[in-house]
Amino acid sequence: MEQNTSSEEIEAKVPENSVQFLSFTLGDEEYGVTILSVQEIRSWEPVSKIPNVPNYEKGVVNLRGAIVPIIDLRERFNLEHSEYTSLTVVVVLQAVCRGKNRTMGVVVDSVSNVMNIQKENIQSAPDFGTKVSTEFINGIASVDNRMVMLLDVEKLLKLDGLEEGETEEDEE
Amino acid sequence: MSIDMAQFHQVFFEESFEGLAVMESGLLNLDMGDVDSEEINTIFRAAHSIKGGSGTFGFNAVADFTHLMETLLDEMRDGRRQVTQAAVDVLLGSVDCLTEMLTAIQAEDELDEGSVNNHKKALEVELNGESATETPVEVVPIASAPIATESDAERGWKIAFCPHTDLLKTGNDPVRMFRELAELGNLDVFVDMQGVPSLVDLNPEDCHLSWTLLLKGDIERSDIDDIFDWVEDECDLSILPLTEEVELETIIEIAEAETAAKATPVESVKVVAAETVKTDNAETKAASTKAKKPKAATSSSIRVDTSKIDTLINMVGELVITQSMLSLVGEHFSIDKVDQLKTGLIQLERHTRELQESVMNIRMMPISFVFSRFPRLAHDLSSKLDKKIELKLVGEHTEVDKTVVELISDPLVHLVRNSLDHGIEMPADRVAAGKPETGTVTLEAYHRGGNIVIEVKDDGKGLDKESLRKKAVEKGLIEESTILTDKQTYELIFMAGFSTAEQLTDVSGRGVGMDVVRRNIQALGGTIEIISELGVGSTMAIHLPLTLAILDGQSIAVGDATYIVPLGSIVESVKITDDMVNRVAGKGETFRLRNEYLPIVRMHEIFHVESAKATNLMEGLLVVVEGQGVRCGLFVDDLLGQQQVVIKSLEANYRRVEGVSSATILGDGSVALILDIPGLVRLSNQ
Repeated sequence: MEQNTSSEEIEAKVPENSVQFLSFTLGDEEYGVTILSVQEIRSWEPVSKIPNVPNYEKGVVNLRGAIVPIIDLRERFNLEHSEYTSLTVVVVLQAVCRGKNRTMGVVVDSVSNVMNIQKENIQSAPDFGTKVSTEFINGIASVDNRMVMLLDVEKLLKLDGLEEGETEEDEE
Repeated sequence: MSIDMAQFHQVFFEESFEGLAVMESGLLNLDMGDVDSEEINTIFRAAHSIKGGSGTFGFNAVADFTHLMETLLDEMRDGRRQVTQAAVDVLLGSVDCLTEMLTAIQAEDELDEGSVNNHKKALEVELNGESATETPVEVVPIASAPIATESDAERGWKIAFCPHTDLLKTGNDPVRMFRELAELGNLDVFVDMQGVPSLVDLNPEDCHLSWTLLLKGDIERSDIDDIFDWVEDECDLSILPLTEEVELETIIEIAEAETAAKATPVESVKVVAAETVKTDNAETKAASTKAKKPKAATSSSIRVDTSKIDTLINMVGELVITQSMLSLVGEHFSIDKVDQLKTGLIQLERHTRELQESVMNIRMMPISFVFSRFPRLAHDLSSKLDKKIELKLVGEHTEVDKTVVELISDPLVHLVRNSLDHGIEMPADRVAAGKPETGTVTLEAYHRGGNIVIEVKDDGKGLDKESLRKKAVEKGLIEESTILTDKQTYELIFMAGFSTAEQLTDVSGRGVGMDVVRRNIQALGGTIEIISELGVGSTMAIHLPLTLAILDGQSIAVGDATYIVPLGSIVESVKITDDMVNRVAGKGETFRLRNEYLPIVRMHEIFHVESAKATNLMEGLLVVVEGQGVRCGLFVDDLLGQQQVVIKSLEANYRRVEGVSSATILGDGSVALILDIPGLVRLSNQ
């Protein structure tokens, strides 16, 4: 929540043609999501497990009365799993999928900072063929000579089998 | 089944008065030159609902009367009849008459037969052609309608318009309004500049002026109202007919006198306004109903029994007492006060729980509140239609949100009427078709997959796809060449203006019901689905999300996880011994419970939960559950306790999970999944 208000304040100072991203790390890699999709940042807390779902879907938590799923991004991207500690961070993301506002928490190693990225400095994701899946990556930017992968939040939220659920609903 | 219908009268009256208000404002807003069919539809629907409701409650006089109005409106809606001012006046008069009738019934007074008959005649005259010479005679008694009074006698209006200072901030421009007024007739504007402060204090965004307007000409009051429609709440307004020249002059004098006298000018205008407002109370009322229209169409208020609120207040009172007691204990705490602290905490816990329950109670009510209207309806209709009908109510205790109860009753009335009228065949036809003479209509409510499902099922003739299609082509709703799936064909009946009944009865068949039904259901975020087989019957299934629904649940433990089993689906819990278990094909386990073999569903296996304890059937418990005709034994570690849980949708942010209907939040803030028994059985069969 706090993140939201402060981001708005900062936004007033954001120069044109640039976008603000929240960056976080998974192992050695640095990722970014557009700050407008970030609802809040929380610490890891135990989840209620959901049966018979992929491993990376850790479960659901109670977020002020709403049931919100928690996804482990490391496992989602097939990175090595790391133990959850009290320093593990959950970034709560929001996006509109098919007219519905969806909220989801993603587990990341740590949140780094908020950065302004010039639009023209964003390159499209390199094509690795089938070797590496880049489906969630919107683009790549370089910040202080570090590469930051910018994630497509909508795709991230949608591809978790949510579509499956949608079609089932439609059939009814 | 005997039900005290009187308990629902209050609701009916409130709904009807709301409906009347809608009709009145709709009629007043009708533009003669360019008639909006949606507007007429709205009026028609309101009339239809009143008719339906009054029929249900046995207020036949009201139902008959409304039927006439409805027929007239129906013809207007179909374009078979020109919308004339005279007709609208008659309808407005009828609305007033209806209001009187309903008020009389509510107060248990005698109906004013004379006035009712007059209005009825007027309606009939209007229906049977305007040529009849008595028309004017009949219209005159309806002079209570605001429009009729002013049309001929007056030749002008005096308008005292004193806007509040923030009028301009809401985007209203007096100049534009005056321009519009000037288009209606000869307009004289007298401005009062007394309120204008000195230049230093002047805020250019405030409006300090007030006006006296003289509008001469043969002008409808409603036209003036239209112009002031948007500023009604932001000004002191009085609109008076100009009857005599003398009066006209005095007004000018007053206006001028005020300009001259520098003392408290605004107040004096207000006094004029206040005096005049009294005299034309009726008009301002009509105008205010119109002014409300741009706001939300349905009010979001809920009606709560005052006793419930009293209970709440009592509980809050006790909570406060407990709190002060606890803080007293805390203030001078010593170890010997531990007992006191404990009792205080126990009290606090109890009060909080009770408070939670009663707050929930305010919004939740059993669906029987809606269902119990129907036996009477079925009874009356079956005798009217000469059909033999049995109405079955199932799952009346399913709790639903108050809004659902209120909004679902009208659609359900329509659906049940349709089933009774069109669905069930005449006894002779039924016998000929090899069915029992008595038709059955079932109303069923249950929870499923995070939804509330309400079904209206009949064993009648079902929907005829071919005739539906033909009808739709005839009515120009679809093209001859359109290809429709079965589902789409059934969907046709939800289109406005679609009716399959050969003859219009006062029961159903005007093709208005179904489109309202769908609209109301969609407004609740639900869907309606038709399953039908020709000759066998149809089922209308309404699926509603249950964001606020509450479930009586039994929490069970499986390993570390806690799940909730709906209490309604639990048959019993048994501890079994090895010799009760049989294996089918070496794998599937069954156990024998009083001459019945039931499959065993091992929860920890199908949900892949690690369970240290219950791998041995002897150590755990078998919870025998039943859902949609399937029975099985759930093998769990332990039973934890019964509690009421608030159902939260899992699909809102996540997805559907097989074997789980929804989730809830437990007392410690953690999430527990609510099991879906049929889904579990399917899952274990895989």
